Amino acid sequence: MALRELKVCLLGDTGVGKSSIVWRFVEDSFDPNINPTIGASFMTKTVQYQNELHKFLIWDTAGQERFRALAPMYYRGSAAAIIVYDITKEETFSTLKNWVKELRQHGPPNIVVAIAGNKCDLNDVREVMEKDAKDYADSIHAIFVETSAKNAININELFIEISRRIPSTDTNPASSGKGFKLRRQPSVTKRSCC
Amino acid sequence: MAADVHKKKSWEVPNGSLAPGDGQHTERSESPTPGLAQGTEPGAGQEGAMFVHTRSYEDLTSPEDGAAAARSPEERRGEPAEQSSMEQISKDFSELSTQLTGMALDLDEEMRAGKEGKLEPSPQTARRDSVLSGKEEEDVTMDAWRSHRKHVFVLSEAGKPVYSRYGSEEALSSTMGVMMALVSFLEAEKNAIRSIHADGYKVVFVRRSPLVLVAVARTRQSEQEIAHELLYIYYQILSLLTWTQLNHIFQQKQNYDLRRLLAGSERITDNLLDLMAHDPSFLMGAVRCLPLAASVRDAVSSSLQQAKAKSLVFSILLSGNQLVSLVRKKDQFLHPIDLHLLFNLISSSSSFREGEAWTPICLPKFNSSGFFHAHISYLEQEMDLCLLLVSTDREDFFTVSDCKRRFQERLRRRGVQHALHEALRTPFYSVAQVGIPDLRHFIYKSKSSGLFTSPEIEAPYVQEEEKERLLGLYQYLHSRAHNSSRPLKNIYFTGPRENLLAWVTNAFELYVCYSPLGTKAGAINAVNKLMKWIRKEEDRLFILTPQTY
Repeated sequence: MALRELKVCLLGDTGVGKSSIVWRFVEDSFDPNINPTIGASFMTKTVQYQNELHKFLIWDTAGQERFRALAPMYYRGSAAAIIVYDITKEETFSTLKNWVKELRQHGPPNIVVAIAGNKCDLNDVREVMEKDAKDYADSIHAIFVETSAKNAININELFIEISRRIPSTDTNPASSGKGFKLRRQPSVTKRSCC
Repeated sequence: MAADVHKKKSWEVPNGSLAPGDGQHTERSESPTPGLAQGTEPGAGQEGAMFVHTRSYEDLTSPEDGAAAARSPEERRGEPAEQSSMEQISKDFSELSTQLTGMALDLDEEMRAGKEGKLEPSPQTARRDSVLSGKEEEDVTMDAWRSHRKHVFVLSEAGKPVYSRYGSEEALSSTMGVMMALVSFLEAEKNAIRSIHADGYKVVFVRRSPLVLVAVARTRQSEQEIAHELLYIYYQILSLLTWTQLNHIFQQKQNYDLRRLLAGSERITDNLLDLMAHDPSFLMGAVRCLPLAASVRDAVSSSLQQAKAKSLVFSILLSGNQLVSLVRKKDQFLHPIDLHLLFNLISSSSSFREGEAWTPICLPKFNSSGFFHAHISYLEQEMDLCLLLVSTDREDFFTVSDCKRRFQERLRRRGVQHALHEALRTPFYSVAQVGIPDLRHFIYKSKSSGLFTSPEIEAPYVQEEEKERLLGLYQYLHSRAHNSSRPLKNIYFTGPRENLLAWVTNAFELYVCYSPLGTKAGAINAVNKLMKWIRKEEDRLFILTPQTY
């Protein structure tokens, strides 16, 4: 079976649940007292998609202001970017729009953008309407899902949708990215035990 | 006089290494004497030091009244612009303090400009998200807030709050304004406020332009020691931003709200303050090693040494806040303060538990103007063994990540994993192993290696307050021994609940706690026995053969 490496980065405001989404996807676990990510965190997970194996190389970036300047290092050369907002915090949706703008200007031209409205289990304190977010996502041709890392809602679906949207050409989009070095060296075959 | 030695310039070895010359280590004596040369005391490295040599306590406090501060601007300008990396490192501290003093000279001007922005309420909403930092903000008008033993505040020269240990910064903006007013009032008179002592409280000020750090403490620490802790907080902030960036920001905009950039890092600073209250590493200015059989440690170190990459500067393996192994690039030395900041970073966040982290970090004592990039990961899920690989290249993640894989592979091949697991199960040793009945606890620091050893704190120091009280006693002895106007070499302290002894020489520092029933003569005899024991166990308790790439 063919193995494709897909570089995916997560972007979004601090505290929206980027790491929780990754943990749920990779480890199927959830920690309500998770600490803010420092710098960026790298994890991988391989899933089968149709007759291919998709190995997601996931860069979970820190949402804090002081790491803001590092983001290009992670979205450059990415096949997909998951931009996360918190449905209970209007301002995180504004931050998301800024990320979309930045990706348009500086990101790879064919990057698949996915918008994840996280914490959908907290519907009663919702500030961002699902329809508004969906309309916005449609207007920029982005994938849209509301997720809950806590209750494992739509997490796997989000990544399946990314697999589906990635152009099925044999050229690996992750390896075409503008002299970007943050990608797996060919010699590395397996991720070590943690 | 031992005390005078500290003051002599010649005492500083130019290359930062205080390893004994060839042949000297064959003369390692059975039991050290006060005249013991540095580099031959128990715990001294045999093949070179791991750290930049530091006078620890004095190193931190000296800029206030040290030689560097007294130099004239002409002399400063006369310094060569470019230095070799070796000189750079050994001069690192004096350089830094020189720069800071340079800033302070232009103070009046800065202050006048700075005052305009003072007391201006912050337009920003609270950046410290209680969900993120995991704690609720306290009401600063409540008695509970007032009753904390040590408050720490950081503010900008414009009087803007940057950090408060307890309570939200917004609620404290007027308090911080008053603090800044006090500082600038005295500085207008070409004077400096250092501390206020009143009603059992010590209010200590440390000025590191563009920041002002203030502690309000009712602990028994000396003013010097509180200032030392504040400097750690200052270095902690530098490790997140670099000195260059911090200064650049405030040059651009004097009333900048620094909390924007520090958002999410409060827990790191909080953790550092908590750690300093119970870990003697900070007081000693030294690093504690995980007790480990020399053969196992050597195998770990050489595995680490072989898993090198071009961009790697330091490979550090640690467990809890104890060092397992450290491999460094030849000619590059880490400062214990930088290592403490790294330890603190790792212990302050659970986010390193999963995956591989890659983060920019400034090691302010090594180079306060730039970032390194640290690869941080735990070796195995259930084991408290964290690997830290410090690289100079921010795009080198996968190369560095591969070093980790190679290290683990070598570790497996050498078959030392089991022994390492065993050692992690008993990360501390019992004082009973020494075999001195009256001995309760001790701290022994080898000055040349920058390492110290200390047994587990056992009964009667079981409760947290008791542990802190014991550390408080050590702090007291330490401050007496290192008092800048009247340093002491030997102290015997008789208290109602324990007797303590301190012995400070050129080569080592020893602090011992005995039961209150013993005699002074007994205590002195016990010290000789203890020193023999440390010598016997030194290859397990210290890293005697540090490796380089």
